Amino acid sequence: MAISTTAPHLTGEAHYLTELEQDARRERRQLFALCTPGLLLTMLLLFLPIGWLFWFSFIDADGNPTFEHYSRIWTEGAYVQIFIITFQISILVTAICVLLGYPVAYCLSQLPPKWSGLLLIGILLPFWTSLLVRTYAWLVLLQRRGIVNDTLIDLGIVQQPLPLVHNMTGTIIGMVHIMIPFLVLPLYASMKSIDGTYLRAAANLGASPTRAFWEIYLPLSLPGLVAGLVLTFILCLGFYITPAVLGGGRVQMIAQRIEASVHLYPTWGPASALGVVLLLLTTLILLASHWLLGRWRRRLG
Amino acid sequence: MESHVTHRQRLWLYLLTVLVICFLVLPSLVVIPMSFSGANSLMFPPKTWSLRWYDNFVHSAQWLEATWVSIRVAFFTTLLATPIGTAAAYGLHVGRFVFAPVIYGMLIAALMVPVILIAVGAFFLFAQLDMINTIPALVLCDTLLAVPFVLVTVAAGFKGYDMNREQVARSLGAHRFKAFMTVTLPQIRASVMAGAFFAFIIAFDEVVIAIFMSGGEGATLTNLMFSSLRDQVDPTIAAISTLMIVLTTIPPLVVHILSLKRQRH
Repeated sequence: MAISTTAPHLTGEAHYLTELEQDARRERRQLFALCTPGLLLTMLLLFLPIGWLFWFSFIDADGNPTFEHYSRIWTEGAYVQIFIITFQISILVTAICVLLGYPVAYCLSQLPPKWSGLLLIGILLPFWTSLLVRTYAWLVLLQRRGIVNDTLIDLGIVQQPLPLVHNMTGTIIGMVHIMIPFLVLPLYASMKSIDGTYLRAAANLGASPTRAFWEIYLPLSLPGLVAGLVLTFILCLGFYITPAVLGGGRVQMIAQRIEASVHLYPTWGPASALGVVLLLLTTLILLASHWLLGRWRRRLG
Repeated sequence: MESHVTHRQRLWLYLLTVLVICFLVLPSLVVIPMSFSGANSLMFPPKTWSLRWYDNFVHSAQWLEATWVSIRVAFFTTLLATPIGTAAAYGLHVGRFVFAPVIYGMLIAALMVPVILIAVGAFFLFAQLDMINTIPALVLCDTLLAVPFVLVTVAAGFKGYDMNREQVARSLGAHRFKAFMTVTLPQIRASVMAGAFFAFIIAFDEVVIAIFMSGGEGATLTNLMFSSLRDQVDPTIAAISTLMIVLTTIPPLVVHILSLKRQRH
């Protein structure tokens, strides 16, 4: 008898539990469904076309498998040159951004909120301004008879107007202008979270402010610096607009070559192979920095 | 720190910061006086003043057509990206899935891929579908770019919101959707609006995809500006640039200044 009275009770509870579980599962499914429109969009417009890009990069005009699009990248001088120039520009722009951006981020993180908030507008304002508008502004400023050349001549620094635009110089100035906020914002965010007591401890133990900076502050700010630096560098690698306008056709980077290939060749193989190489480079750099940052985080606890 | 280093010793730091910020802010502003120039050249500062470039803009069928395309693309992108991003942010925040980082990573993957590749890929895809140079194709591509910004902005809004309030509404009998619309949404309104604004600006300012996917009468404003900048510079661009600066920088500037004021109180 005892068994027969407890059994229905037990099954009832089990039943109740599975119902709860089912409810929870249904709720999770519903919540997951909320993410699906975004995921579908990413699948359809990002993953599918990129898979396609890989596919095109391995077939020739007749649809036969081939490596010619890749071998061309390594053997043809023009392609090699494009990669060299892309890396040169990206490294140079990133380096200038670090030299200018690190002190600015440091200064902002040290100032009272009243001032840093105000100066932050100066970093955000170009961020909100259209890329084309800023590129146009540089075209005006850097031209032969532009304000920069006029000022240099008036000051007697140069005799002849310098060729500042439609070349490498213009491209680099324009790109630095666009990339600085991408370096400063993540760096500033990470500097804000550095615990000031470490520096006070260093000072109490007799370290000079310079030494405290180099031995305590700089290492602590490195993760933020690497995050900003990597972001800047990969954005540079794939940059199209500013080199196309301020380079005046004389500065060929990977993205421009891809754009030209799409319009130039009847098949999509050459553009696809370049695209795949660019994507792999970007992904490798991101993964490497992720790994590096993870190691630091573990070491710093 | 402060006691060790005087402001005087830091002078070079302050000076450099001010210089870099001038380098960032001032160049764009040059387009404003340029747009009121009376001459058909890139001379700066202008010798004569006029409104002829604004006049040119509002009387040019080509520029107006392109502006109208851009406004429609940006509008529909906002309409699409805001709910998609907000829904995903909600699902991820409440769901706490084991694989949430993977979903999140996929949703913001468009940020990691160089835009030129997204443009080429979309060009392949929409060429197959015979949808090149259509507004829906541009809207879909721009939505892909805008969703990560909406997601990140709204997710930040959720962090500062107590989900128990929605639970209370639901335990009192409100349906989840109704509870969200009447209780949660008004609380995270600011972040959703910021996300929507981001979406609009991203779509309106997008150039690379527009170069691949639009042309002729369907060209966006940015596409037309880009070809004009590359081939022959038409000072009408200065007028358009000034309008764009006003459109894209004044609203966030006001919000930023308001939030600074709030911090002080």
